[in-house]
Amino acid sequence: MVGPTVRDGAIVYGEIREDSDLPTGWRDRQEAGKYRLERRTDKALFGYNVGPHGWKKYLFPSRERLWTGARTGTSFAIEPEKDEGPPFAFLGVRACEMAAMDVSDKVFGKAGDPGYRERRRKALRIAVQCGQAGGTCFCVSMGSGPAVRAGHDLALTEILTPHRHYFLVEVGSAEGAEVLAGVPLSPATPSDSASAEAIVAKTATSMERTMNPVGLRDLLVNNPEHPRWEIVARRCLSCTNCTMACPTCFCNTTEEVPELSGEKVERWRRWDSCFNSGFSALHGTSVRASTKSRYRQWLTHKLGTWHDQFGMSGCVGCGRCITWCPVGIDLTEEVAAIRTPVAPTQSAEAKA
Amino acid sequence: MATDAVPFAAADASAPGQSLVPVPYVVRSLTRETADTVTLVLDPDNGGERPRFQPGQFNMLYVFGVGEAAISICGDLEQRDRLVHTVRSAGKISQALSEMAPGSTVGVRGPYGTGWPLDKAVGKDVVIVAGGLGLPPLRPAIYDLVRHRDRYGRIEIIYGARSPKDLVYYSEIQTWRARPGLRFQTTVDTAGRDWYGDVGLVTARLPDARFDPANTVAFLCGPEIMMRLTAQALETRGVPPAAIYVSLERNMKCAVGICGHCQFGPEFVCRDGPVFSYGEVRRFMTVREV
Amino acid sequence: MTKSHTTTGAPRFADHPFVQELPASLVAAMGRVAVERTYATGDILLREGEPAREFLLVVSGKVALEAVMPARPRLTIQTVGPGEVVGWSWLTPPHRWRLDARAVKPTQAFSIDSEILRTLLDEDPANGYRFLLHLLPFIAQRLENTQFQLLDVHGD
Repeated sequence: MVGPTVRDGAIVYGEIREDSDLPTGWRDRQEAGKYRLERRTDKALFGYNVGPHGWKKYLFPSRERLWTGARTGTSFAIEPEKDEGPPFAFLGVRACEMAAMDVSDKVFGKAGDPGYRERRRKALRIAVQCGQAGGTCFCVSMGSGPAVRAGHDLALTEILTPHRHYFLVEVGSAEGAEVLAGVPLSPATPSDSASAEAIVAKTATSMERTMNPVGLRDLLVNNPEHPRWEIVARRCLSCTNCTMACPTCFCNTTEEVPELSGEKVERWRRWDSCFNSGFSALHGTSVRASTKSRYRQWLTHKLGTWHDQFGMSGCVGCGRCITWCPVGIDLTEEVAAIRTPVAPTQSAEAKA
Repeated sequence: MATDAVPFAAADASAPGQSLVPVPYVVRSLTRETADTVTLVLDPDNGGERPRFQPGQFNMLYVFGVGEAAISICGDLEQRDRLVHTVRSAGKISQALSEMAPGSTVGVRGPYGTGWPLDKAVGKDVVIVAGGLGLPPLRPAIYDLVRHRDRYGRIEIIYGARSPKDLVYYSEIQTWRARPGLRFQTTVDTAGRDWYGDVGLVTARLPDARFDPANTVAFLCGPEIMMRLTAQALETRGVPPAAIYVSLERNMKCAVGICGHCQFGPEFVCRDGPVFSYGEVRRFMTVREV
Repeated sequence: MTKSHTTTGAPRFADHPFVQELPASLVAAMGRVAVERTYATGDILLREGEPAREFLLVVSGKVALEAVMPARPRLTIQTVGPGEVVGWSWLTPPHRWRLDARAVKPTQAFSIDSEILRTLLDEDPANGYRFLLHLLPFIAQRLENTQFQLLDVHGD
């Protein structure tokens, strides 16, 4: 079982063995380029939003061996890797993360990736409804939350009143029901359900950040020379934090790792980022040499051409890229700027 | 939609020969074409037939312990017992491939990508323009056009290289040239005294090519700037952009649309390409650093 | 490419593709002073450094424009064929040829003395303007071709 735990000043995903591993009484405060933990006044187990990790590190590991090869005389033989990892139980999956998995299902499904498919199939998902809106998230705009309505094995809503601290549990699958066997339960009353709904509704209405997704694909694809790209490029460090934190980013690279003797070799796959300079290397140079072109590629892909490729947006509104950008670039702000019609003097200034 | 690109659909990922693991092939021969280009003829290790491919598709060629590179298949569709690749020595892997001795082993996975839509050229004039190492990916299509000559109208081929000694398949070109009903023009960027052919861009050869623009299909392959100039010249002459096909190149690692490296606008060059209709990709070909 | 032959087999000046768009009076005047030239393979039409004195309209064959560099073999940087024109250095100082032009095939061309042509153009500025306007795309295309050749369009 993997779930939220406090480590290195953040709520990350790690192995959960006992209650005390959970971030009881902690919440996160997030803003563009800022993340810090804060003590809550109550003992909520899930009183935070999302940390730097997504579940993708389990479904699509940052390093994965694909096969092992060995020389056989003048030829070679290759042994594909069999995924013998244990099935995961994800505890505390947010609505945006469920949505992110839907996106990844499409991406890896289209490529026919057997490793992802296997790990995803075996994973048990215990979702948690969000009790508060995060500082950077905008799932309401992206239609990916805050409520988990489908796909879960179990969905929990944490309800804290001065007298009671309990969970409303919604069963979403047979596997989920199986997990609950042996857990002391009582049927939910209409007032329990109403409380749960009210919590989620309040989360939705208190969400501050928005991003209008309508027409976004055409807006970005049709504006490759918008002056805003130049402006954001001056801030972007090409550090790849956003792509690592993003739950739907999937770019990766393959590596040949030979043994010193040269008799054996391993083929590994590891996470990569379109912000890396060698990512678009071609004939000794990079197709996307400038930071501007890389940022444009990332955003246009995530919010635009992802639709062409997968029939949906690549963004679930989790806000991680905003929080974890060291210079606080906010894609909702960038998009708003690109939507704003450019007056001639504005673009001249921007180019200066 | 990027996935509704050219009709020659990418071969099925689950089909035999399509696994993500390289299959050993034995180098039967290595022939030098130019100072930095060789042609490898590979035999399947088990002595059987290689997988079918479509002209324009590519394989990932693997050198044990070094890595993989995407190289177009340039052999004859009908020669089922061998796999032919022309490789220019440009990086670590292609350098290693260029030094393979007969009898050594090369890993192959593929074929991948979309091919030249020969079915769209039936009954039409065909204009083929190749620049530099753009001729090898077109060669399987040329073989097919020549073999089924009666299916097509005029066949006009233009091939440009840096200099006479950079022309590949030189003796084969002479045999194609000798065929009636097919014109093969060559041109180079610079030449010395011993060259009696044309010097200049491939586009300068177009006025000498005879074809009915409204009833023509064009296949272009070479450096992107060459394809762009040639496509523009063809369009000016009246060939519809949808009837012009280009073969694009981008950084490739997986070749199956999951690593993200080969993206070009909305397209995955490994899966939606490398052959694209110019009409579809034209807008991205004129944006810098896409 | 239209072949410009009369029934006697000799090419007609007025049929040359270059003059199709020019004013009829200018074409007639040019045609009156145009001289037919025939070159064998290897003949030099124009020599670099020599005074530029003629304007050539290629009718058939092929002409190579060559750069001559010290201690290096000759380099052909462009070939020119039927319907095209060669030699406009007489228009600008120092009025000397910048390249060699050599026939790589038996070549026929019309040659017009550049002094006479300049006079024709100066006398009738409207015609002069039309002539330059018409020549400009050829010069621009030659320049563009050269730029792209430098960019290694046929390389990688």
